[in-house]
Amino acid sequence: MAIGVRDLDVDLQRLAAPLPVWRGSVGPDAWRAAARTVSDRGGRLVALWGSDRRDDPAGAFVVSVAYAVDDGLAWLELPLSGGARPEPYPDLSSLFPGAGRMQRAAADLLGIVAAGAKDCRPWLNHGAWPVERHPLRLDDDGQARDAAGPTADYAFVRVEGDGVHEIPVGPVHAGIIEPGHFRFAVVGEKVLRLEQRLGYTHKGTEKRFTQWPALDAHRLAGRVSGDSTVAYAWACCMALESATDCAVPQRAIGLRALMLERERVANHLGDLGALGNDAGLAFGLAQYSRLREDWLRLSREAFGHRLMMDCVVPGGVARDVGAASADAMLRQCDAIEREVRTLRAIYEEHAGLQDRFIGTGRVSTELAARLGLTGLAARASGLARDLRCDLPAAPYDRLEVRMAIHRNGDVGARAAVRLEEIFESLRLIRELLQSLRAGDTRAVPVLPAGPAAGAGWVEGWRGEIFVALELGGAAQGHRIQRCHCHDPSWHNWPVLEHAVIGNIVPDFPLINKSFNLSYSGHDL
Amino acid sequence: MWKILRQIVVTGVRTQTAPESDDTLRVEAGRIQSDVLEILGRALAIRAVDAGSCNGCELEIHALNNPYYNIEGLGIRFVASPRHADMLLVTGPVSRNMEVALRRTYDATPDPKLVVAVGDCGCDGGLFGETYATCGRVANIIPVDVVVPGCPPEPLEILRGILTAVRRGRTAAP
Repeated sequence: MAIGVRDLDVDLQRLAAPLPVWRGSVGPDAWRAAARTVSDRGGRLVALWGSDRRDDPAGAFVVSVAYAVDDGLAWLELPLSGGARPEPYPDLSSLFPGAGRMQRAAADLLGIVAAGAKDCRPWLNHGAWPVERHPLRLDDDGQARDAAGPTADYAFVRVEGDGVHEIPVGPVHAGIIEPGHFRFAVVGEKVLRLEQRLGYTHKGTEKRFTQWPALDAHRLAGRVSGDSTVAYAWACCMALESATDCAVPQRAIGLRALMLERERVANHLGDLGALGNDAGLAFGLAQYSRLREDWLRLSREAFGHRLMMDCVVPGGVARDVGAASADAMLRQCDAIEREVRTLRAIYEEHAGLQDRFIGTGRVSTELAARLGLTGLAARASGLARDLRCDLPAAPYDRLEVRMAIHRNGDVGARAAVRLEEIFESLRLIRELLQSLRAGDTRAVPVLPAGPAAGAGWVEGWRGEIFVALELGGAAQGHRIQRCHCHDPSWHNWPVLEHAVIGNIVPDFPLINKSFNLSYSGHDL
Repeated sequence: MWKILRQIVVTGVRTQTAPESDDTLRVEAGRIQSDVLEILGRALAIRAVDAGSCNGCELEIHALNNPYYNIEGLGIRFVASPRHADMLLVTGPVSRNMEVALRRTYDATPDPKLVVAVGDCGCDGGLFGETYATCGRVANIIPVDVVVPGCPPEPLEILRGILTAVRRGRTAAP
């Protein structure tokens, strides 16, 4: 079913972003109506977050939502009356289940709550600060550390019945992984239910942004989730450039895409090795991790950093790529392509591996659509969503990206999407290198005199990354009023809870790895 | 099967030599007797703890397991429980939400134990600093022997930090 921005029937203004992003203010009725329209007609909720704008002339707390529709993204803002005790806003989690945790996070950080939401347990607040404290509010300096109270008890949903028992896992996990807590309810080997508790890596990143120089925001954004540093830095710079109306040179745009595709390949190579390993094929890990290492070393040579951190900067890129590096990258694409083809054949013919991959951790297309699954996991469940294809902005508008899509929705499908995306990214890297325009690699953004807003929207390797930025004007010292970074993991973590139902406990690491979600990107 | 064997043969051995240790990384001198270090240095069990990082450091710690660094060849391996560990490799500015878990992990690790803090955040709080949500550097919560700066530090630097912690008195020849 088609849905466009106009169907929302809201007065919207287009932001100066390379992707079509509109922004507008709504009342509670229009908020409800827009949610209903988006839900009924196949749009999706990208992000939900709150802001404290009480120091504006008509100041109030504001709750924002970003909806993706066929022709772009609509960023709707609902100002909440009631001053320091904001009125609740209409709940969105009944229409978009993925919004539930975002609403709980907004309640913890700002004290704005959704009226009628089913789940109101704290999410990011684990008891390290009092429930009455809302660190993202303007009157909180974000510095004061409360004395460590007793670790707050969390009301996990209990599963009861004959032979049911619980397995608690984490926050410190058995591998080299980020921290989080998983509570399994099992009968024998079979998982009846999984409940996640996240927030362990909450670092107060969003508060930190408001105390950070605007032209340096990309560095903090680049550390929201280290594995997606290029995607975040680009999204953050895109938001800043749209707020400051800064035109990025063509060469820099090409180089950004080059880095984004290199980041995609690096992560996919790592994941394919880890998936082999989790299914008992250590050979796969040794081979793919070797290729990943080769890949990272060339990134180091070409861009100065193995993960390309701080390489995307406001107005362009930090450094140009020389002819020698470009040649080396082209040669490497050929070498990696050859090696990955060999490894693909080995994975495909390995009966033991395929037995673990096929049918494991299955997410049907219907479930994926209902829960708002996004990114590569969505594409493995038959949902055709890829910003590079759906709303191609430069340089993707001339590259005709072929979307990788599978229908099985299992571990095997998520591995297959990664493999196909590697080949496609290698093609894109070649094209980008061969078509790099001569010229500058950096423009200088000028911070505007008045308040401004901007948005960034980038298809990272895991899924779409969205950044909403509110800049203060000269009167506010060009301060960042709010910078919300949204990770695709927000949507995909809850789907993982469904993906493991009915599987056996030992398959959980494999299923988890096949999604490879970010804890830090989610916890902020 | 022959394809796997063929690929292994074609790939060959990619392992590089390990880095020398570096005493400038040491922050805590003389916590553990050198004879114990001699033993730990030959078979070291490491428990990695992410106490709040952005996962950049984890990517580079993972890289230590690839054939280029081949840390198992040096007698070093990552273990699944602090009870099996001689060393904690800790990343991140310690988030308030991980403070208790980190302390408990440290307490669960049998003595004598070593702690290596990895990354700028673990060394001094990094870009995240000390706020309502973070306790800053790892040493603010548990004793640290060696720090490895970098954002993230490259695998070789992490390996150098690990070896520095266990190879006291075996510094590089001038």
